[in-house]
Amino acid sequence: MYKYDEFDAEFVHQRALQFGRQVESRLSGKLSEDQFRPLRLMNGLYLQLHAYMLRINVPYGCLNSTQMRKLAHIARVYDKDYGHLTTRQNMQFNWIKLADMPEILLELASVEMHGIQSSGNCIRNITADEYAGVAADEIEDPRVYCELLRQWSSLHPEFSFLPRKFKIAVTGSEKDRAAVKAHDIGLRLYRNENGEEGFEVFVGGGLGRTPFIGKSIRAFLPTRHVLSYCEAILRVYNQLGRRDNKYKARIKILVHEMGAEAFTELVEKEWSQISAGALEVPEAELERVRAFFVPPAYEQLPEESPELEAQLGSDAAFATWARQQLAAHKQSGYAIVNISCSPVGKPPGDISSAQMDVVADLADTYNFGEMRVTHNQNLVFTDVRKSDLYALWQELVRIGLATSNHGLISDTICCPGLDYCALATARSIPVAEKLSQRFADQDKQKEIGEIYLNMSGCINACGHHHVGNIGIVGVDKKNSELYQLMLGGSAEEDASLGKILGPGFDEDGIVDAVENVIGTYLELRDESERFIDTYRRVGPDPFKERLYNAPA
Amino acid sequence: MGGGRIATPPDSPATMMATAKKNPMKSPDGDAGPMQQVVIANRLTDGVVVFLGRDRQWVTYLKDCPPAETTEEAEALLAMGVEAENAQEIVGPDLIEVENDGGTLAPVKMREAMRARGPSIRTDLGKQAGN
Repeated sequence: MYKYDEFDAEFVHQRALQFGRQVESRLSGKLSEDQFRPLRLMNGLYLQLHAYMLRINVPYGCLNSTQMRKLAHIARVYDKDYGHLTTRQNMQFNWIKLADMPEILLELASVEMHGIQSSGNCIRNITADEYAGVAADEIEDPRVYCELLRQWSSLHPEFSFLPRKFKIAVTGSEKDRAAVKAHDIGLRLYRNENGEEGFEVFVGGGLGRTPFIGKSIRAFLPTRHVLSYCEAILRVYNQLGRRDNKYKARIKILVHEMGAEAFTELVEKEWSQISAGALEVPEAELERVRAFFVPPAYEQLPEESPELEAQLGSDAAFATWARQQLAAHKQSGYAIVNISCSPVGKPPGDISSAQMDVVADLADTYNFGEMRVTHNQNLVFTDVRKSDLYALWQELVRIGLATSNHGLISDTICCPGLDYCALATARSIPVAEKLSQRFADQDKQKEIGEIYLNMSGCINACGHHHVGNIGIVGVDKKNSELYQLMLGGSAEEDASLGKILGPGFDEDGIVDAVENVIGTYLELRDESERFIDTYRRVGPDPFKERLYNAPA
Repeated sequence: MGGGRIATPPDSPATMMATAKKNPMKSPDGDAGPMQQVVIANRLTDGVVVFLGRDRQWVTYLKDCPPAETTEEAEALLAMGVEAENAQEIVGPDLIEVENDGGTLAPVKMREAMRARGPSIRTDLGKQAGN
């Protein structure tokens, strides 16, 4: 993974000291909240319902064991002993004291971490495929471009006060695990018919109160132009994006209002002036950054492990987990391991300091000392020898992180909701917990098969409900929580937005409603058809009919 | 998309003041009984939710906070809250409606009830757990 050079280290350290002084000024009364708010947001510090909340960047989801131990330490010493994995592949802490922030930032800086640009109207943490570098279907490691973009976007003087926040995602695989079409800019790396690598560029995707799927504005962008093209897009947005209305300030509104064609014309015109300039990435620079992401020292192993085969045959619980949580690795004899942080009946994405410490140790033992955070609020070990899987699983069982629900209905994306968030209008985590309990039976989940259930506690859609195959959004109706159900969303390469099925439900009613919808799907599906495929084939009516018109 | 019509921003102190003035004794929901209000805020140093007691002390539990029962009392409380914000003691003072819920004072709105208790999914944390 990327290693800070002297400049990076000094910059992050200085920023920690600078924010420390700003905190002192705030605490001594020299700065008012209005003056301090933009400063704290620039460093990832929010004020939520119960306390300050600190969001710490995990660049494109990559974390090493030293960093994970530091996060565990912060949870234990400065918070209430747990952290929360977010949909931007970051980690946030819910109970931070302002007075502790100077120390916390220095602790983070010591392990090459910070909260810079994890909030505010700037370019946020760049996200990527959590299988980057190891996916069997990968064209090239997207982290190389994520790192280039991270450096370009960090404190970019022109883009530090954008009309609104700005999110970029990159995938280097056929299968889109980074939800690129739900981002302000989505980059899909592929090889064209001449065998050249480049990006398809999507712009104007996003969720929130006005969701859009990103529009493809350039079919092929040679990789060396990735920075200049993003700069051109940001320049057009920065000049023309609306600043009069916060709710219409995202680039998706600009693209929608002016039309993708007109927007593209402006971008291309801007780009034509800067494409051959300083932002063109020289091959040498690309090679320099690539060197940070060279594969670890894999052993030459046969694809099949007789040891693993025997363990799978003798331990049914292990076999269940392995069938669900593993993914194909490009290196023979290795596997990608999905570690679920959505255990049945628990808040999706929460992880205790004790779990963090053990995960760090396991990463050292089995995964070359690294791990990934996923936008589904889980963890991934990317490079585990097949012969080590059984030992790893036993350790994960011991710390409660061996749930077998990857890509199944109980592996929900869920925002913090009204339990923590100052913007939320309804709780979301209790519903996610109840749903995971309702569908806890492994055989039942397996029978339902691949499905994405996303939920948010308000229309801002941090829980990505618009792009869940099943989406739930909680709203406040006369001081009661009301949950609306939507079907048909997808965040993948076949991205689509869900549509509301009908009137909403209360907390228990929404759990029953989801079960009802699943019942309809199981009746209607063709053999091995995924939920989303059945929905697209039959449309909403059969689901609506059975849910709302069933005889009492 | 659906849902937008239902969302409402949190009531601002100004709105609450206006409501209190218009309807000094009755709850805006029209429920029987007088409307009781307290000032809620986050403490500057640690963000902990605090309530304004009558002696201008910020307390961490609603039970230690006698509510205002008249418009004048509520106005005076909020003025003290704003003063404390200007003195950089607390952040975001806001008048909220509370009610007697089985002998215990509790905020009427879900959001404020959450702030007064702690997260519903972690009853081992926050005020409900005494930490």
